[in-house]
Amino acid sequence: MSSSLPDRAAQLRQIQARRVETRRALVAWLQAGPMMLVFALFFLLPLALVVMVSFWDYNEYEIIPAFTVRGYVESFEGCLAQMPSLCTTLKTYWQTLRLVGMVWAITLVLGFAIAYFLAFHVRDRTWQVALSLLCTIPFWTSNVIRMISWIPLLGRNGVVNRGLVEAGVVEKPLEWLLFSEFAVVLALVHLFTFFMVVPVFNAMLRIDRRLLEAAHDAGASAWQTLWNVVIPLSKPGIVIGSIFVITIVMGDYVTIGVMGGQQIASAGKVIQTRLDALQFPAAAANAVILLVATGLIIAALSRLVDVRKEL
Amino acid sequence: MNEQAPRGVSVELVKVGRSFGPAIALDDVDLMVPAGSYCCLLGPSGCGKTTTLRIVAGHESVSSGDVLFGARNVTDLPPRARGTALMFQSYALFPHLSVLDNVAFALKMRGVGKQERWARARELLGVVAMQEYEARMPAQLSGGQQQRVALARALITEPQVLLLDEPLSALDPFLRVRMRAELRRLQRRIGITFIHVTHSQEEAMALADLVVVMNQGRIEQAGPPREVFNRPRTAFVAGFIGGHNVIPWQGGSIAVRGDRLRLAKGGEGLAATVAALEYQGSFILVTATLADGTELTAQIPDDSFDAAPLAPGDAVSVGWEPEAAHALQ
Repeated sequence: MSSSLPDRAAQLRQIQARRVETRRALVAWLQAGPMMLVFALFFLLPLALVVMVSFWDYNEYEIIPAFTVRGYVESFEGCLAQMPSLCTTLKTYWQTLRLVGMVWAITLVLGFAIAYFLAFHVRDRTWQVALSLLCTIPFWTSNVIRMISWIPLLGRNGVVNRGLVEAGVVEKPLEWLLFSEFAVVLALVHLFTFFMVVPVFNAMLRIDRRLLEAAHDAGASAWQTLWNVVIPLSKPGIVIGSIFVITIVMGDYVTIGVMGGQQIASAGKVIQTRLDALQFPAAAANAVILLVATGLIIAALSRLVDVRKEL
Repeated sequence: MNEQAPRGVSVELVKVGRSFGPAIALDDVDLMVPAGSYCCLLGPSGCGKTTTLRIVAGHESVSSGDVLFGARNVTDLPPRARGTALMFQSYALFPHLSVLDNVAFALKMRGVGKQERWARARELLGVVAMQEYEARMPAQLSGGQQQRVALARALITEPQVLLLDEPLSALDPFLRVRMRAELRRLQRRIGITFIHVTHSQEEAMALADLVVVMNQGRIEQAGPPREVFNRPRTAFVAGFIGGHNVIPWQGGSIAVRGDRLRLAKGGEGLAATVAALEYQGSFILVTATLADGTELTAQIPDDSFDAAPLAPGDAVSVGWEPEAAHALQ
């Protein structure tokens, strides 16, 4: 006998502990398994395919599985030569970013104000829920119907224009109400403010009301409390909401197309045009570029706050 | 900071009432807290002590009556104009700010520059012996450390009155006793008026110059701790302070401290039956029942108990010295 009794007991305990650990790891993998499978099948695999195709060659009627960067190069054709003026692709991205920036800024201000009102001024739970549901109304109907409904409202002879003319505010109908950048921003804000409201509202609900009182006790005015306490503590919600809005608007081409009267270029629209022309590698290359651009924005936002910690 | 002159101010409530709809939280309360004293508001939950504190702090409005600081009527002033600071029950430190920034917060709100307010905050952190923790976030501190930070944060505006809402209730018993002593020392040193809400009579006894016992929106008794303990005015105070027996006596009732009761087999006194014994170390807690069902608890020193041991079921007579009893209202 080489090992004494206590040694043996320790050994047994170790084996037991290892077994428990293995079991726990197995259970964890099993629990995460279904989601991982769905994720791999419907997200990672298609994404890998898109990246792969983006490096393929193509001609008028077929795509050729050979490695080339033609899709990328053609997207930025002449961009260097035209410097400092912007080429079409860069202009399109600049236009998309401008649109994203406007929609983001407006949804942020609107969403924050609505969430603030819901969280701090509506004390009653039932009312909070009822008013939150009110924000979901834009989602009660399909995007197509929603966009068509803007036409009788904002069109040349629409409700708004007629009202303005009859009230004598303007002499002739405003042209920029529909099929314009204004219309696009309006429709996107209408749709996505809710995506900003929910996470910000959620973050605000978690703010201890005594902190506001503590700020008041320390002599902070309402604005100082907002700036020094409420906004910093709502930051996780603001970042999550911003990620929602920015990613969705970056890739949108339907709303921009319809509301802009097909006159406004966007990154998503470029992909659609390429697809229509059956230039799949070029479309894929543009999709990858868009993905990288969006990824960079999200990475920058994530640096502001540890999202995982806040969920 | 001028250490010589008394920096506190007296706090006076004149017929202060506060009702929430039909519910009356405070019912015409009159109270005078002298400048520089340590006052404890004591009572069960819902007695109005926290409402009183919040009214003094300016976080709650009054329905009627006035709040005076010295000769100044502050009834309608916001907290910052009153010269008070409130320390919250769970400390309410800002979770997104470091210890240093938490303490400096009030100065930042006043527009004091960064270097100046940090210097001042470091000074205050020195007072509560927390300098080494200035870079930590509140979540990285223990309960006792959070409390010190909250104290420093409250003191940075140099308030004349410090209001403490159950400051010790979140601490474990050992720490509670230590922080209690520190609070008392600090109050003596800086000489401002402290008003401290608690539901622990032990805490109130240990800390206060003035104990205010409240019940159902009213003040039952206000006085120095010894007076409140030795001469409870009402049956409620006698019951809440503890250590007292309320005995029906000649149509009214009297209060007698448990350690002043004498139990004997035979002899003169009220007839009672021993119901239970509890060994408490230096004394034995004896529960005895009178004929009408009133329960009495007597603390019998262990040596006199050993000299004449009792057992549950024994018939005893309960007696006391006449000066040990006093009538209740």
